[in-house]
Amino acid sequence: MSLKARIGKISMAGLTLSAAALLLSGCGQKQTKGVVIKNRGSDTLVQVATAWAEEYKNAKPDVTVQVNGGGSGTGITALINGTVDIANSSRAMKDKEKEQIKAKFGDDATINEYIVGYDGIAVYTNTENPLEEISITQLNGIYAESGTIENWDQVESSLSGEIQRASRQNNSGTYVFFREAVCGKSGEFKQGANSLSGSKEVVEFVTTTPNAIGYSGMGYKTDDVNWLAVSKEDGGVSYEPTPENVLSKNYPIARPLFLYTVGEEPDAVKAYLAWIQGAEGQKIVAAQKFVPVN
Amino acid sequence: MAETESNPSPLRGRRRPNRVFHWLGRTLDSLELPIQLLIRMCGWSSIILVAAIFYFIFRESGGMLARLDWGQFFGSSRWIPSPAEGNAPSYGAAGLLFGTISVTIGSMLISVPLGLGAAVFVSEFATPRVKETLKVVIEQLAAIPSVVWGFIGLTVMGPLLIKITGENVGVNMLNGSIIVGLMAVPVIVSISEDALRSVPDSYREAALALGATRWEVVYKVLFPAARNGLLAACMLGVGRAVGETMAVLMATGNANQITFNIFKSVQTMTATIAQEMGDAVQGGEHYQVLFIIGIVLLVITCSINVISDLVVKGIRREQHN
Repeated sequence: MSLKARIGKISMAGLTLSAAALLLSGCGQKQTKGVVIKNRGSDTLVQVATAWAEEYKNAKPDVTVQVNGGGSGTGITALINGTVDIANSSRAMKDKEKEQIKAKFGDDATINEYIVGYDGIAVYTNTENPLEEISITQLNGIYAESGTIENWDQVESSLSGEIQRASRQNNSGTYVFFREAVCGKSGEFKQGANSLSGSKEVVEFVTTTPNAIGYSGMGYKTDDVNWLAVSKEDGGVSYEPTPENVLSKNYPIARPLFLYTVGEEPDAVKAYLAWIQGAEGQKIVAAQKFVPVN
Repeated sequence: MAETESNPSPLRGRRRPNRVFHWLGRTLDSLELPIQLLIRMCGWSSIILVAAIFYFIFRESGGMLARLDWGQFFGSSRWIPSPAEGNAPSYGAAGLLFGTISVTIGSMLISVPLGLGAAVFVSEFATPRVKETLKVVIEQLAAIPSVVWGFIGLTVMGPLLIKITGENVGVNMLNGSIIVGLMAVPVIVSISEDALRSVPDSYREAALALGATRWEVVYKVLFPAARNGLLAACMLGVGRAVGETMAVLMATGNANQITFNIFKSVQTMTATIAQEMGDAVQGGEHYQVLFIIGIVLLVITCSINVISDLVVKGIRREQHN
């Protein structure tokens, strides 16, 4: 067989596979019936949102909730474009986005904001690392562009080795939030950190890399990784990212999680939002290791 | 067609076959011009496609091509496309360019000896049975999706490299080079094996008759005789390495820095586009700069193709003289 024929064969196999994948995914979407609520946004929230959707199916079988991730910005953009009913966001809506909604839906369109839980951004280290607490000042030294901490012995003299910084890709909501919390309002991150594509990837990276430090949602904690208690400044009282500390606002790196809708919601959406804020929905928030509102 | 002519199908038995073919021939005759045009279009389509791709990425990069600070783009490795409020973005892509070049060189150091060696073994030394088995297995290797390679780099090679080297991080330049190198091996083996096989047996026989050992036959006769094909094989391997995205995204650790320590993480241009394009606002500055990175990649791969073409042509001319 000539090389060209061989390449042709390989690409044909690829085409067949992707065609099959398309067919399969097409089938998956067809079986929706009754009311469909479309929901898109934050990757941090996607696990909770999926759990809500699944649980809600038991409560109201005729309502289907479609959940997509893609990031907070993606969800809000979809809301602006009118392609979803609810946007999930791990950050508050920016003024610019609010203006876009006003421009699209008219000045008297209301933007409804629901806080459905809180998320602490935990600072993770490898289990081989005996360190138990760290201050925001030290995190600034590690992560900020102006920071000078490169080695673990600069954090605590008994430690050694170069710090391997794990970060997120630069359009993630977690990235933006952690940058503001640690580097200050106008601070930037130091270059050369491992920029990973997801919350789970950060935890996995820290799990397999002894000298690593990383930040990710508290819900992503596993037994194979440590998190640090964080204090506001050197020598201050440090708090672990537990639900109590997040709710009492003692843990310094925590944020509310939002759902957004525009205008008067249809009854099905209204009922769904009420259910999320009620006991059952909030139980799921807690089960996904986030902090319920009440 | 020839088959139906010799034994007409029973369904059409009542009709006289020559009438059917007469009709078919006439219809085909009248279709000649459209068919000719269609085939011509197929020939031109690749050129049209390439032109369309160029047009598309230049259009998407929009006004940024004129506004971009090119000194910063090539001179700085400060890549901050979405800065904190009040700060100006910084589009320094030197680190990304360095990442692509270093992983490409590293992977070639692995895949060229491995690929050429495998090709020589398959075409010159292996028994027919071993040869057939190896060829099938190598073809299978080419069919493994790059995300699977990346996964191997991330979950198997990474921890292994930390254990063996005792270095800080396992997803690094070396890991990326090994993974991409292994991905390029099947391409290099297939083409070099074809090139070696196309050397006439009389060359081998003549060399052996002159008392050359089998090894001498390989590097004194076969390599010079097949060098066009071997060079083409290596160039295709380079192209594969430069354009590889998913595997390097997972295996190189994706850290934007310029370092000559092979145990440090690096970030390639392709990985940057893959990671950031999804959330970049369409038509925004960040989006356009990502397309400019695409243009730079395209320029690199095009120059590799042109240079290898020129080199191959140069060698051919030399051989004719």
